[in-house]
Amino acid sequence: MWDHEIRAMASTHAIIAASVFMATVVPAVLVPGFSVYGSHLLWLYSVSGAVTAVSVAVFWLLGITAPAKKHTLGYKLSRLFRSCVYFFLSCLFFHTVVVLYGAPLIESALETFSLAVLLTSLTTLRCLCVLGPSVQAWIRVFSRHGAMSVWDTCLQITVACTAFGAWLGAFPIPLDWDRPWQVWPVSCSLGAMIGFLTGLVGAPAWIHYHRKQLTYKCK
Amino acid sequence: MKGLPVLSLLLWVCALYFVGIYLFVGGFLLVRLEVNRTSTCGDVLQPAGEEPADFCRAQPRFRRAVLLIIDALKIDFARFDPNNTAPRPFENKLPVLEESVSVRPSHSRLYPFRADPPTTTMQRIKGFTTGSLPTFVDVGNNFASSAILEDNLIHQFGQVGKRVVFMGDDTWESLFPKRFHRSLPFPSFNVKDLHTVDDGILQHLYATMVGDDWDVLVAHFLGVDHCGHRFGPDHPAMADKLTQMDGVIRSVMARLQNDTLLVVMGDHGMTDSGDHGGESQKETDAAIFLYSPSPLFPAPPSQSEPDVVPQTDLVPTLALLLGVPIPYSSVGQVLLPLFPSHRQTEGAAGGLSQLEALWINAKQVNRFLETYSGMAKDIPADSLTRLKSEFSRLSSEYLAAVRGGGPASPQLAARLQAYLTSVRDTCRATWARFSPGKMAAGLAVLALACLLCLTLSELSLVLIRGDGPGLRGPAAAALSAGGCGLGLLVPPLLVLLLRCASLLSDSYVIAEGRAVTFLLLSLALYVPVHLNWDGLLMPPGHDPLKAAGLLPSAALSPSAVRRESGTLLACLGLLVGSLYLSLAFHGCREEQGSCQPSHFLSPLSRLQDNQLKNLHYVLSVCSLGSWTYLLRRCLRHYGNLNSSGGAVFAARWLLPLLCVCLVLHWAVSATPEDSFRNLSELISLAQRALPRAAYCLLGLGLLLVWVDPLTVFVKTRTAATVRGPSLPPPRYRASTGISPQAELHHLIPQIYQRMRLSLDDSELRGGGEAGSRPAVEAYGLGTVYSAPLLLLCGLLGVGLLLLHPEGMALSFLLLLLETGALLHIHASSTALSGLHGTPAGGFNVPWTPVVLWSLAASQFFHATGHLPTFTSIQWTAAFVGFPDGHTGTALPATLVALNTFASHILFAVGCPLLLFWPLVREVGGSRGGGRACGEEGEDAVMEMRLRENPQQFASALLQLSARYLFVEGTQVFASACAAALLRRHLMVWKVFAPKLMFEASGFLASSVSLLLGVTLVLRVDVAVSRWFKMLVPDASR
Ligand SMILES: [Zn+2]
Ligand SMILES: [Zn+2]
Repeated sequence: MWDHEIRAMASTHAIIAASVFMATVVPAVLVPGFSVYGSHLLWLYSVSGAVTAVSVAVFWLLGITAPAKKHTLGYKLSRLFRSCVYFFLSCLFFHTVVVLYGAPLIESALETFSLAVLLTSLTTLRCLCVLGPSVQAWIRVFSRHGAMSVWDTCLQITVACTAFGAWLGAFPIPLDWDRPWQVWPVSCSLGAMIGFLTGLVGAPAWIHYHRKQLTYKCK
Repeated sequence: MKGLPVLSLLLWVCALYFVGIYLFVGGFLLVRLEVNRTSTCGDVLQPAGEEPADFCRAQPRFRRAVLLIIDALKIDFARFDPNNTAPRPFENKLPVLEESVSVRPSHSRLYPFRADPPTTTMQRIKGFTTGSLPTFVDVGNNFASSAILEDNLIHQFGQVGKRVVFMGDDTWESLFPKRFHRSLPFPSFNVKDLHTVDDGILQHLYATMVGDDWDVLVAHFLGVDHCGHRFGPDHPAMADKLTQMDGVIRSVMARLQNDTLLVVMGDHGMTDSGDHGGESQKETDAAIFLYSPSPLFPAPPSQSEPDVVPQTDLVPTLALLLGVPIPYSSVGQVLLPLFPSHRQTEGAAGGLSQLEALWINAKQVNRFLETYSGMAKDIPADSLTRLKSEFSRLSSEYLAAVRGGGPASPQLAARLQAYLTSVRDTCRATWARFSPGKMAAGLAVLALACLLCLTLSELSLVLIRGDGPGLRGPAAAALSAGGCGLGLLVPPLLVLLLRCASLLSDSYVIAEGRAVTFLLLSLALYVPVHLNWDGLLMPPGHDPLKAAGLLPSAALSPSAVRRESGTLLACLGLLVGSLYLSLAFHGCREEQGSCQPSHFLSPLSRLQDNQLKNLHYVLSVCSLGSWTYLLRRCLRHYGNLNSSGGAVFAARWLLPLLCVCLVLHWAVSATPEDSFRNLSELISLAQRALPRAAYCLLGLGLLLVWVDPLTVFVKTRTAATVRGPSLPPPRYRASTGISPQAELHHLIPQIYQRMRLSLDDSELRGGGEAGSRPAVEAYGLGTVYSAPLLLLCGLLGVGLLLLHPEGMALSFLLLLLETGALLHIHASSTALSGLHGTPAGGFNVPWTPVVLWSLAASQFFHATGHLPTFTSIQWTAAFVGFPDGHTGTALPATLVALNTFASHILFAVGCPLLLFWPLVREVGGSRGGGRACGEEGEDAVMEMRLRENPQQFASALLQLSARYLFVEGTQVFASACAAALLRRHLMVWKVFAPKLMFEASGFLASSVSLLLGVTLVLRVDVAVSRWFKMLVPDASR
């Protein structure tokens, strides 16, 4: 059972990582003058879109998403609607947090919001996929004993890695090296992306090596 | 409580830090060696072969010179642009210079005049009279300038019998005591005074010039500089001042005689805010204007004109033009356009040709270099030998040319010039010398002190208990050393590590305000995340699936958890909000290109828009009012405003009175000078009296808090004895909403019950009778330790605000809010993690709040408009209450230091609050909620818990202080490391050395204030003991 779940997770992550790769390579071929630094926002949205689409598809196909309590169409629609609202609210939340961390308030607001969208698609979207639109469950997952399945643990690891990567990405900004990746928000989004990819690779590996210690009592 | 060991241990640690800082700074900031030799007329002999004519006897080119020094005459002020139709206040106000240059090009010239940093007036006077490069360490002497001992122009003038008459800035008088033929010094220190010095000079200048009892006339005007400091360059007052200077230069030029040279110069420039001291081009580039009624320049302006004249070049030029030897330590080179390319009149020393002047100059510089390298070994040997061989080659070539009688090659002059330039550059590069041994020793002592603090914080309990010193000590030390390695990995120390690492990069030091805020925010956000990770943020059991056994302990009821979490998150929001708002009060470093300094930093009197001025004033007054209201509200809430003691008197009357003084003072100082002419005397009286009254009130308040720190109100209830012990103990009734009275004055009778119980026990043992004492209600006993400390912080805060610009009141309000938020976050997280639930837990304050506290201190250093640069020091603080300046130097220095380190002082004094706040909040929050009306009375003990466990109290206090000192000390250590490692870095004098000085001084201020805070706590403890004895006299038995 363990091996099965870990294998499923690893392949899911491979698909998501491949989608990130494709979202970088395909526009580079199709769009003239595309580059990660130069047309950063384009790359950002392409990656966000790809990760969003692939994650939703994969998690829906695998059926990991928390089961709905009712099976009526109306309930499902309202769930979808709530998910969308949560997605948007999460963008606003990340935007606020990033501004509080020192991003410019008015100038380059678009860049800041794009970063917030990326962070949302890397973290909140995964929460939505795994746990459904329930903030209480999200908060519960991020505690030591809160994980109830392998996917919850995986969620913990990827979200923590993404947030840490984005946080770490802010460090080179004040340095006077004048590199293209020091421009706001390139380093932060790159940091978040690298953290996310690390999480994708790290989560199955960590779970594999700690499978003896992991116990999920309530599932 | 064992107060003495705590205090002595802390003192010992602080002393160790001070020794480390002293050693390091002593090794890092060495004074340039001064050569105490003087040049004589015999030194300047012509090359061998000719008859030894006495240089000083020969007829000089000019007999007399007038030196007009206009302080801070920036080159931008001196230039004139006829196409500029809408000049700003400082532009095009000195047309005389440009007129004269264009009309009489052979009589006058205007150059940019580049000063060497530090661009403070005293260093510059030293620089352009000795021709040397005064070093960084001299900056500190600005308060007590001492006489120049090196050879200088004034001394040389005196040697040849020239009469030097001086008038103006009295710094000269202290630099050259009794050197002048006549001297008219005027006080310079009061930067608010635009006219005294200038008017004093103008009263005497023209009369002196017409007379004939002078050879060199030095007049140093200060108006422009003071106008810059007070209003900034972009202000109508600057236009008036520069126009006045234009008139002065015209009048002086009209009175000049043919044998007189006029030099008009600035000693340094000014930044856009009107300050100076650093090394940005705006500060270093002054103007120099040379003029004489007789033709001065042999050739018209040409391509070979220098773009910029270094300030050191004035000394040899003036010396040779006036026929005196070049001062011994000068490293400047003569200004060639002033000398003819070929000797014109035979025999006259004044007619020195360019080559001769360069030769004399090079000989003097070479002699200085030889003497200096004999005394000090700091000039690199290879560049020294290179310079020496170059000079010997030049000298043989020159001598050959002179003996041959033919014209010397034109390259020779260029090579002599190159030689002089390279000597000056070598000197400039090497006159920042270090003593590696002292620096290493200082670093080692600092590291040791940090380690000691860490050990102290881990071993505080063992040390205070004092048992088993033989065996337990080493074992525990080994244990903690093992723990340290692991302990460094916890996030708060990781943040501290990041903070220390950031001090090693100039970019991060420049962006320090932002970086500290970033770290502070990160660590603050870590608190709820960590709590949630431990499952403590949400009440257990809201999820029915959850197994109850998985949680560590269900110490708190779900509603209490929910309330505490709510408080924590709300306070986090408050903290984040005030952090974000406080970014608006930052100043700007010159390195931050596009930065705009905060509008609140300029004093109100600078604002010209009246409506804006009123708005700012009202805002400031409101902030001050809220500061006082919040403080009193807090004290009242915990029942500390009821008694009639000294501290309560201070809180009730002195604090509001202090605020009234402050508000009136702001109003008076913001009124424009010329608006109430008939009231000017009253205004100047008020300007003096109001701040002084505030100082007195502050002193009185501090004294009262010290003498009578207890804020406990005892209400004797005689009825209780009648009714007997069967009466149920009165309840603590907070937040029940039944009685507003009880809610306002946290009634804590349970404490007394408890106290009496314990006393009864001891008394029974002692054999006394019980039950005959009257029952007592004590108001405010639960916050007996924190209330005086809070009051002290409040009083100090208002006092320090007095030294700041008015707009900073808002920032101080944010500081108070942030402090409160931090304390509440700490208290809530302590309550949530149930640290005090277990009796063995002690009162330990974890690392996170301590690091947060220290980061907040650094953050508010920036948010009160300060920066770790010397330019940004708010000198105006020295004149609050002393608008006419000072006689001594100690008082102004203290005032400026208090202003600069206000946030360090406030946070360090308030540091013990971190220990008290979880206990204070305990009543209102955790245990109070669900079971407040239960039968357990002991829940409302608050700070009396500390009295019950004096040993744990002492150890917790020691631990907290040691941790704070560790956090502050490691930052000093890191900036010392940065200064040592990067001592050859391009930015060392601009960024790292000032940062080290500020960090070290900030540490001094912090440690002294911390000791003050701890001492106050100990003082309260003594007072509480006395109070208990007084209340229950039998206990003394
Ligand atoms: Zn000056
Ligand atoms: Zn000045």
